[in-house]
Amino acid sequence: MTVELGYFALILAFSLAVIQAFFGLAGAATRRDHWMAAARSAVAGQLVFVLFAFGCLTAAFLRSDFSVLYVASNSNTELPAFYKVAAVWGAHEGSLLLWLTILVIWSAAVAVFNRAMNPAFISKVLGVLGLVSGGFALFIISTSNPFERLIPAVAQGRDLNPLLQDPAMVAHPPMLYTGYVGLAVPFACAVAALLEGKLDATWARWVKPWAMVSWMFLTCGIALGSFWAYYELGWGGWWFWDPVENASFMPWLMSTALIHSLSVTEKRGLFKSWTVLLAIFGFSLSLLGTFLVRSGVLISVHAFASDPARGLFILTFLMACIGGALALFAWRAPKLKSDIGFKIISRESFLLFNNVLLVVAAGLILLGTVYPLIVDGFGLGKISVGFPWFSAMFLVPMLPLLFLLAVGMHASWKQAQLARLRNVLLIMLAIAIVMALIVTGAVYGHISILNVIGFSAGAWIILSSLYEPFMRWRAKQHLSRAVIGMCVAHLGMGVFTLGVTIVSSYVIEKDISLGNGQTTQVGGYDFTWAGTKPVTGPNYDATEAEVHISKNGKEVAMLHPQKRIYRAQPNPMTEAGIDSHWNRDLLVSMGEDIGGGTWSVRLQYKPMVRYIWLGALIMAIGGFIALMDRRYRVKVPATEVATDKAITAARS
Amino acid sequence: MTPRRRRMMFVVLILLAVAGATMLLLTALKQNLQYSVVPSDVYTGKAPLDRVFRLGGMVEQGSVKREPGSMLVQFDVTDYSHEVTVQYSGVLPDLFREGQGVVVRGKLQPSVDGHQLLIAEEVLAKHDEKYMPPDVAAGLKKAHDARRSAAEAPTSSASPSTSVTHH
Repeated sequence: MTVELGYFALILAFSLAVIQAFFGLAGAATRRDHWMAAARSAVAGQLVFVLFAFGCLTAAFLRSDFSVLYVASNSNTELPAFYKVAAVWGAHEGSLLLWLTILVIWSAAVAVFNRAMNPAFISKVLGVLGLVSGGFALFIISTSNPFERLIPAVAQGRDLNPLLQDPAMVAHPPMLYTGYVGLAVPFACAVAALLEGKLDATWARWVKPWAMVSWMFLTCGIALGSFWAYYELGWGGWWFWDPVENASFMPWLMSTALIHSLSVTEKRGLFKSWTVLLAIFGFSLSLLGTFLVRSGVLISVHAFASDPARGLFILTFLMACIGGALALFAWRAPKLKSDIGFKIISRESFLLFNNVLLVVAAGLILLGTVYPLIVDGFGLGKISVGFPWFSAMFLVPMLPLLFLLAVGMHASWKQAQLARLRNVLLIMLAIAIVMALIVTGAVYGHISILNVIGFSAGAWIILSSLYEPFMRWRAKQHLSRAVIGMCVAHLGMGVFTLGVTIVSSYVIEKDISLGNGQTTQVGGYDFTWAGTKPVTGPNYDATEAEVHISKNGKEVAMLHPQKRIYRAQPNPMTEAGIDSHWNRDLLVSMGEDIGGGTWSVRLQYKPMVRYIWLGALIMAIGGFIALMDRRYRVKVPATEVATDKAITAARS
Repeated sequence: MTPRRRRMMFVVLILLAVAGATMLLLTALKQNLQYSVVPSDVYTGKAPLDRVFRLGGMVEQGSVKREPGSMLVQFDVTDYSHEVTVQYSGVLPDLFREGQGVVVRGKLQPSVDGHQLLIAEEVLAKHDEKYMPPDVAAGLKKAHDARRSAAEAPTSSASPSTSVTHH
């Protein structure tokens, strides 16, 4: 029964989304207070019904109700309760419901935290969000109903894909989706600003926290996904340029550009149209990502199912969103013109470079991701764009970006006097290069130009982002949270760069067959195979190996990699044994029993790999600190809001 | 130079830069593309001989061979009308199994008595035992249809078309 109620609640949520869209937009256009209030109530109602539907589906999972097709396909009575909840978003239908739920939560947040903005603007924002959530609700109802019955019911479910049975499954999708979907808010604000034909510093100051929060979630979500792939896929890769990874990375690049561009719009009243465009593209890329993943047009680990009807729906939806927003942009953007100029050497121009390079990077990834589709679409054959292309191409915009970052952080608005800092920056660059030479040459014993460039870029950014806080702290000057946050986030970027450079250059990987008592050496460590034994888990059986690792005769670690077979699905799963240390990870992954008492094994030495995720985490923390800055909580002068309300009241 | 001309110069420069960048990009793209083919394509000469490409198909039942304790493994990839033998030294993915879809990346060796051998650098299996990569499915379907239209062989019960159209 709850299952039918859940479906019904979804239909109600869709109706409320339509109401929210209509009253939000029409109410603002005609300045009718009670219509605008209706839009806010519709958000509240929609939130209730979507949460209810989500709860119903979760309950069906917890009760192992295998009369529901989606539950039967993705759960199992033996599945631990923890994973039953995570299984709600383990496949297509449920993850769309999660998408919708998060979108409605964001809309509700907009409906609540909006004191700084005038009601007509908020009403428009809610109207646009209503259009988006209505579209998604319709999509779920018409093509991807998670509540579809399976009659007759089956006794046992197919179980959640074993790959997804991991604690990260609980956090990664909601986090990533929160980031993805959160970009709908800047998008809606951009559309609302275009409708109003007005975009000022207040707008930028209000939009920025929304964009920042989305960005933080995206950062954490992507990093967590990468970390998960690293230890769970079992083969030690942390980024594959997989279409789905690209789909999450493009919105990240866009939102990074957006938060930087918003600063310029806020502080200097510049880049208005550009900011609006970035907000539109950021969300469009989120939608495109959903389309690419969910329509199954791309070959990917993440594409659970392929269904042309779904693809067509999302594609139409995508066209409507992007096309509509861009048409509006073409029509209204001239109104947003700003007549202020800026000098070549200024924070504005550094941020302009930042934006251009980030957008170029996103464009390259987009090209690489959709190029195979285009070629296929024109019947020119089946091709794929490989890892080397992405890795090489991505460096083209990223390397200049990193070096400009180290300098640009210190540039002031309007016209910067970098001469004052030039010596300091050059000294830091020199230190960074010397460090790079020492580390690559002396520690890892192999110097190449790219390693030195990458390492010194990372080190320079770290030094540069520490410099200003340090100087101000020594002079006992005040530091705003925005500045601290910016420095911390950039420091994270530096740490990330170091990690990527070192691990990409000095990883050692060895596929080998090992039998009882055999030893082999990888990266200066001796790996000794001490045999295997069977172990039993809650819903799987496994073969567990024991591997002793020593260096110079001293034991460093003992690892227990596993080969699991989940009872409900016949696929084996590799659980890598990982020993992690501040400067390196050692991985042992079991291949298969290849006879003669030996196993095929992959051994890996990954230096500084953890700095990749640590860097991302630091970036997100930096974002959080900046978000705590006072200016986002300072209220708008009361008179401004009062006048606006008076006008609204007078008109209605 | 008047401001107007300077602006024009600027625009022209940007256009040139964009054009140059696009050229570089497309060249790089062309060099790094990997063609995806099925075994039949290898026999009709559609597979590149001098570079790495992706071969998709099913692992032939009973074709996986390995000396006990050796890392070198050999198997046949089939699209149910032609087979290509693949040799690979390394750890096979978890979902690699006989009778299931696989994508291997590697280079063809000069053929001996018309038999094709591919040395693989990488073997990929998909993370769902029911899942078949779309390009493989399309290729298999094409090969299958071609075979059926040629009316060479009646469709057997183990015909791939059921599993192909399923997706």
